[in-house]
Amino acid sequence: MIENTKFQHRYNFAFIDESTKKEIRRKLLKAVAIPGYQCPYSSPEMPIARGWGTGGLHVTLAIIGREDIFKIIDQGSDASVNACNLRDFVQAMTGCRTTFDTTEATLIQTRHRITEEALTAEQVFVFQVPQPEPLRSVERYEYRTRQMHGEADYAKMWVSLYESFVRHGDILLGAGYPVRINGRYIMAPSPIPRWDIPNLHQAETLYLFGAGREKRLYAVPPHTTVEPLEFEDVRFHIEDFNGQVCNQTGYRKAFLDEIYSDDGSKQFVVNDSNFLDKLRAGEPIAPFVNAYIQQIES
Amino acid sequence: MNNGNHHNGAATAGGVGPAGIAGAGDNQWLLRVRNLTKIYGEPGPRTLELTGPEFSSNICPDTDSIVACAEVSFDLYPGEVLGIVGESGSGKSTVVKLLYFDLGKTAGSALLYPYDQGQTNMLEASGQQKRRIRNHLMGMVYQNPRDGLNFHFSSGGNIAEKLIMAGQLHVGGIRERASQLLEKTEIPVRRLDDTPATFSGGMQQRVQIAKAIANNPPLLFLDEVTTGLDVSVQARVLDLIRELQQELGIAMIVVSHDLSVIRMLTDRTLVMKNGRIVESGLTDQILQDPQHAYTQLLVSSLL
Repeated sequence: MIENTKFQHRYNFAFIDESTKKEIRRKLLKAVAIPGYQCPYSSPEMPIARGWGTGGLHVTLAIIGREDIFKIIDQGSDASVNACNLRDFVQAMTGCRTTFDTTEATLIQTRHRITEEALTAEQVFVFQVPQPEPLRSVERYEYRTRQMHGEADYAKMWVSLYESFVRHGDILLGAGYPVRINGRYIMAPSPIPRWDIPNLHQAETLYLFGAGREKRLYAVPPHTTVEPLEFEDVRFHIEDFNGQVCNQTGYRKAFLDEIYSDDGSKQFVVNDSNFLDKLRAGEPIAPFVNAYIQQIES
Repeated sequence: MNNGNHHNGAATAGGVGPAGIAGAGDNQWLLRVRNLTKIYGEPGPRTLELTGPEFSSNICPDTDSIVACAEVSFDLYPGEVLGIVGESGSGKSTVVKLLYFDLGKTAGSALLYPYDQGQTNMLEASGQQKRRIRNHLMGMVYQNPRDGLNFHFSSGGNIAEKLIMAGQLHVGGIRERASQLLEKTEIPVRRLDDTPATFSGGMQQRVQIAKAIANNPPLLFLDEVTTGLDVSVQARVLDLIRELQQELGIAMIVVSHDLSVIRMLTDRTLVMKNGRIVESGLTDQILQDPQHAYTQLLVSSLL
């Protein structure tokens, strides 16, 4: 008797059915072909609500293979609720090996951070994006923002940066600082801190962005120019920790978390949990190098 | 598009900007408008025949389409001030809104000399080209400051928008230029970082003027600029416009239903009724010796 194996598994490999995966992959190809362009896609239903990381999950599940080693972080941490649950889900749906080690992973999904350790050409980095439209803060109508992107009409964005500088003495955009990709589209780099923005520029790795609720995919391919918007006399700068060091490792050249104690005092600690673990264990590290981080005295 | 009577072929290729017309001869027009027409709704074959001042209507009896303006043609020369006068609904604002690309035309052409040496109908340019023309070659002052200004931005930010669109990305430079413009328009420079919402109506209007002239455009549109203002503020705004005109030599199209504004500012006037030009000529002549019955009515009701 010929055995029917089709219904032995309750789900297709990586949960999403093959034709939907194909659709997402086609849209990813388009996104890679037009760096920074927001490509609409089907955004299929997931067992979690849209807005909770579905965009990142769609991308991950559409491109993951059986040999991939998967890592997922949430705000730099491997251990937060969002990361743990999505890791379990991807593991259950694919059987892929998972890891905390940044250098070992081949596919990394993230919420709001890029790892401190430099990424390589062998890795793919997937962002969960809550708001893909960088112009939303200055223009509420979608048809208008589409037109503005189409015609590269970004004056309003620039005026909002001017206004921020005039009112507050600095451009107060902590996360999601707008960047210009390949000299053309202005893109919202997910809400990663300014610290991570220079690591998008001329990178080795393919960066993919998925916004499930807004149904948009976009990409920064390897070796693409990524410039944060800056005036000739008001330059982009990364977060300044005022010489603070990580209280567990004494390390300065990483993005630091501010942790308040019950007595009101505060301490700083390296945000990237895997990086922190490696520093504490004295393991070899290979952090990102860029002009902004180099300026910090070690 | 090339109408052939372009009698200054040797003019320097000035690109965009007021320098573009510097090499042109004395008789070189700045703006040439031909058959500018805007119809709302579906026009029929006889729509234009059955509307106009002779019917006292701009609604087509066949199709109910509305002829906002039709077959408007005129030339504007560098530094000249042209008035458009008429009752409300006569199409005078439609004309400037078409020329400033706020509305899309139904038919007609408009050639602007600094844009491609006046060879190309700017009303058929791409959205990107139109924005470029708007930012470099034109300024607009609306009747309602809320149409021309963003009340969420500071007055400096509003002026900055125009400068940024022309490629100025130096905050110090932007603030310096914005301060100059506020000084020129008699607004205290310390109000640079306040929003126009906190300004009086006359000040808002002057911020709009500062924004409109920020890039030294050769052409400025003024749409009922003094209509919402009280008389003493009106006089100051009109003085300012006249001063700027003399100092900078900007060509202007002034739209107003108010003949005293037209008399004070303009060299030449078009009188519009039901979407058509019914009379045109030197402003003094029109006011002293109106030919068309409607103009006569307009002038007599002023006196």
